[in-house]
Amino acid sequence: MTHDEIFAKVRATLVDALNVDDNEVSRTARLKGDLNAESIDFLDIVFRLERQFGFTIPREDLFPESIFQGDPKFVASGKITEEGLGELQTRMPYADLKEFRKDPRLDKLEDLFTVDLIVNYLESRVNAK
Amino acid sequence: MRWTWIDRFVAFEPRKSAVAVKNLSLAEDHFADHFPGVPTMPAPLILEGLAQTGGILVGHANNFEKNVVLAKMSGAKFYRETFPGEQLTYTATLIDLNDTGARVNGTVHSSGALVAEVEIMFAHVSPAQLPPGMPDAKFVFSGELAYLLKLAEAATKT
Repeated sequence: MTHDEIFAKVRATLVDALNVDDNEVSRTARLKGDLNAESIDFLDIVFRLERQFGFTIPREDLFPESIFQGDPKFVASGKITEEGLGELQTRMPYADLKEFRKDPRLDKLEDLFTVDLIVNYLESRVNAK
Repeated sequence: MRWTWIDRFVAFEPRKSAVAVKNLSLAEDHFADHFPGVPTMPAPLILEGLAQTGGILVGHANNFEKNVVLAKMSGAKFYRETFPGEQLTYTATLIDLNDTGARVNGTVHSSGALVAEVEIMFAHVSPAQLPPGMPDAKFVFSGELAYLLKLAEAATKT
């Protein structure tokens, strides 16, 4: 499956799950910020992707919750520390942290959840088969 | 606490579909205030009945071994109001089921006409994911709903 084919499937899934239009689902669209996804939508998205791609997707793989568990090593004064960024990269290897590193605010963490994140994750799963 | 928004199962095909009926009676408390002088069946209670019909279908599919929780309702459409004296038929059809959860198509008919429809998503949650303080008692399935199902199963055997 090519990168574009995966993106097309993801886009169709998000249109169904989030009730948005095709053209709103760009590669850089943020699930929460741009597409108005809520936490229950994340579950719906995982559910539909599992069906579309035919493999189980542990929810923690794609949408990890409580990445830092309030650990002061990882988060200090609302910003994610260097150690925290390392932890983040380990937990979410498909995430693109380049921009995030410039201003690693905890409340901006949700901006990492983009359409591209999902496409990259699925690509690694598909290619691993 | 009584929270059963269906009266009886009239059909049940495991892992496929469930049909239940709900009789709307002026004797029900909610009609007193909704609305005074114009008793109208509240849409959320119709949806609750559909969710119960679908929830039993999903729970039964896994032998009630998992906690089935109502997660999301999408594309709810209501075509007309419904009133005391009517009998609503709730039909739940299973469209998808896996470890994460299930999706059910729900329709509501009255005298054969479609009055509402919705797509329902249920989630299978582990005891750890239940809200704090909530017992792991497969709580969507109060004894009453499971009992209704047993009645239906017994009826189909005759």
